[in-house]
Amino acid sequence: MNNTVTTAEDLRERVGDFLAGHDPASTGRLEFLRARFDAGLAWVHYPAGLGGLDAPRALQSVVDSAFAKAGAPDNNPRRIGIGLGMAAPTILRFGTEEQKKRYLRPLWTGEEVWCQLFSEPGAGSDLAALGTRAVRDGDDWVINGQKVWTSVAHIARFAILVTRTDPDVPKHQGMTYFVCDMTDPGVDVRPLRQLTGEAEFNEVFLSNVRLPDANRLGAVGEGWKVAQTTLMNERVAIGGNAMPREGGLLGMVAKTWREHPELRTPDLHERLLRLWVDAETARLAGSRLRQQLAVGAPGPEGSAMKLAFAKLQQALTGLEVELAGADGLRYDEWTLRRPEKVDMVGREPGYRYLRAKGNSIEGGTSEVLRNIIAERVLGLPSEPRVDKDVAWKDLPR
Amino acid sequence: MSDLLYSEVEEDLRASVRDLFADKAAAASVLARTESAEPYDLKLWRTLAAELGTAGLHVPEELGGQGASTRELAVVLEELGRAVVPVPFLGSAVLATSALLACDSDESGQLLRRLAAGEAIGALAVTLSTWPGAEFPTAARADADGVLSGRIGLVADASVADVLVVPALGPDGPGLYAVEGATVTEATSLDLTRRLADVTVDGAAGRLLAGPDRAAEALQHALLVGAGLLASEQLGVAQWCLDETVGYVKQRYQFGRPVGSFQALKHRLADLYLELVTARAAARNAADALADGRDVAIAVAVAQSACASVAVHAAEEAIQLHGGIGMTWEHPAHLYLKRAKSDELALGTPGRHRAALAKLVDLPA
Ligand SMILES: Cc1cc2nc3c(=O)[nH]c(=O)nc-3n(C[C@H](O)[C@H](O)[C@H](O)COP(=O)(O)OP(=O)(O)OC[C@H]3O[C@@H](n4cnc5c(N)ncnc54)[C@H](O)[C@@H]3O)c2cc1C
Repeated sequence: MNNTVTTAEDLRERVGDFLAGHDPASTGRLEFLRARFDAGLAWVHYPAGLGGLDAPRALQSVVDSAFAKAGAPDNNPRRIGIGLGMAAPTILRFGTEEQKKRYLRPLWTGEEVWCQLFSEPGAGSDLAALGTRAVRDGDDWVINGQKVWTSVAHIARFAILVTRTDPDVPKHQGMTYFVCDMTDPGVDVRPLRQLTGEAEFNEVFLSNVRLPDANRLGAVGEGWKVAQTTLMNERVAIGGNAMPREGGLLGMVAKTWREHPELRTPDLHERLLRLWVDAETARLAGSRLRQQLAVGAPGPEGSAMKLAFAKLQQALTGLEVELAGADGLRYDEWTLRRPEKVDMVGREPGYRYLRAKGNSIEGGTSEVLRNIIAERVLGLPSEPRVDKDVAWKDLPR
Repeated sequence: MSDLLYSEVEEDLRASVRDLFADKAAAASVLARTESAEPYDLKLWRTLAAELGTAGLHVPEELGGQGASTRELAVVLEELGRAVVPVPFLGSAVLATSALLACDSDESGQLLRRLAAGEAIGALAVTLSTWPGAEFPTAARADADGVLSGRIGLVADASVADVLVVPALGPDGPGLYAVEGATVTEATSLDLTRRLADVTVDGAAGRLLAGPDRAAEALQHALLVGAGLLASEQLGVAQWCLDETVGYVKQRYQFGRPVGSFQALKHRLADLYLELVTARAAARNAADALADGRDVAIAVAVAQSACASVAVHAAEEAIQLHGGIGMTWEHPAHLYLKRAKSDELALGTPGRHRAALAKLVDLPA
């Protein structure tokens, strides 16, 4: 039987059939999600047997909206964003068959949350400078080091982890990539409070963490290459969301504007209209990007979208605080909390203003993204490099 | 959802227009022409208009046109912006033609045939800064016999037009009249490659194209189409500025490195690239909306508000990042700056379009 699905109608039909056998009202949430995965309707562009149907990626929206319309439970993609957006595509590309079978299903259903153990106190933008050591010991690797700014580590079951396995070669060459079991006794997760007051991210101390070699993703020394796949997917995951007109934060600001004439000033009006246009053109550019992907000709626009997103979020949240008038002076809640996801909607303007400052830092800073656009898209020459041919252990830090 | 990509047909059209301009409208020749007795390249216009058939692109076939849509027209405008070619495309093929298409009378049909075939050049006799939604202009008046009087300042492409489409206030209200033989006095325009002229219609005989029942609407349609498609020209201007500047900073050495390897410049160019990505989506969306008549007003206001500023920013960055050479007359960058800045005022400033948007999306002042 030819199992390939290529049309939207095909998929709608499959979703219909699936729903006929699994009534969302009477099927348990987890049972429903597992069955949806097994039917290949989780991420349709994934291979058959791994939650997908080898269908074009662009058709995912057809499936998602059909399920949403039927009131089906959702796998809470915002809570499990790192797993979905970054770990999964990396495992798919570099994982062994056993790894794919083991990790992808509970990752997609949200039973197992993932975090990303990349950044270190001495290695942020310059990720390849990282120093967390992995030393081979029989069938195991022994890991020692410190990671930082690790979002959702406090609820994570697994982590994608990049380590240094060879300090004697230039930094990009001596790295190796692993799946880290966060329940290992050597893993110590400590909350790290953010400027918002909450502890959304953490410090993670790794002391003699033992990982079997079966947890390695990609070859020894190829960690940089594997990490590149993760990072590319991270940017798409952050910047590439589909949205209706006036969706997201803009919608909230526009609503406030309409409901509170007493807060309006000419200056705020001018800024609001400019941001309305910026949000609309960014939204259209996102649609254009997805249309390009759908016909198989992805343009270089993708790298620009995360940059656009950060700028817009920051400008909008800044405006929103001012629009609140005297209430902009208040803050909703400073108590230390350890949330499971970023909640830009459920809280007040002050929180959004503060949290949005992270949008130009997390997932690659705006400066680093500009470097990427300048060099990889526009073809401009790179800065002179002082770190290229030097062994990692001899680099200044 | 609107189609924001370019179709194969559109890419083919682009390729032939680009080839023609590469061949006949290189920067040096465009520059030389601005100071010659013939600032417009009418020979090139005939090839573009008649041989490539772009003058009547969005005119239905039964009126002698190509039966294409504003999407194709937009692609031509992108290329015109890239090359700042001195031809009366905006005045004739976009503004006058769109007004005529909305008149729907025998008189307008006959005139459309001539414009679409490239036999005659038209111009819409409004001051180029007129915006969609502005009051019907009263600079010209018509009497009951269709005899016009008045003066309309700064009309685009009028100096080479054979026929003018003139909005005039008649005894019964607004009208659009076809006028041949008005007095046209070239103004000194900021934009060297799109000339403006003052038009005096005193005593000129006008043929009625549309009366009070549809004149205002037809004019409004032309201004909306013009503004929406101008976004594509602005995109073309911006694209040229970015491409040219990126090329230049890669090969210009100072301090022992290409200046394009300095991050201060790379980041500015990356930001410009981002502006272009969003401008392209907005311009395509406007062209697509105009083609199928859905969501036109918002799409046009968004595109004009965004693309006008992007073109100006791109041209200003091009001058700055070229250094001294960017300030010279010989280097073509100034032609783009002049086009970009004039286009920003043309058919409504970004501020005007944002004000229109405020009403359209219910965000009152
Ligand atoms: C909310 C949040 C969540 C995060 N979650 C995670 C996570 O889950 N897992 C994880 O591994 N990491 C996470 N991070 C870390 C994030 O990836 C890093 O903070 C980021 O890559 C920047 O590194 P850094 O903080 O060390 O800053 P640095 O790299 O030290 O940068 C300092 C400044 O220098 C600039 N800079 C650096 N290099 C250059 C250059 N070449 N050119 C120009 N400017 C430069 C930067 O843009 C920045 O302005 C998170 C960060 C935040 C804010």
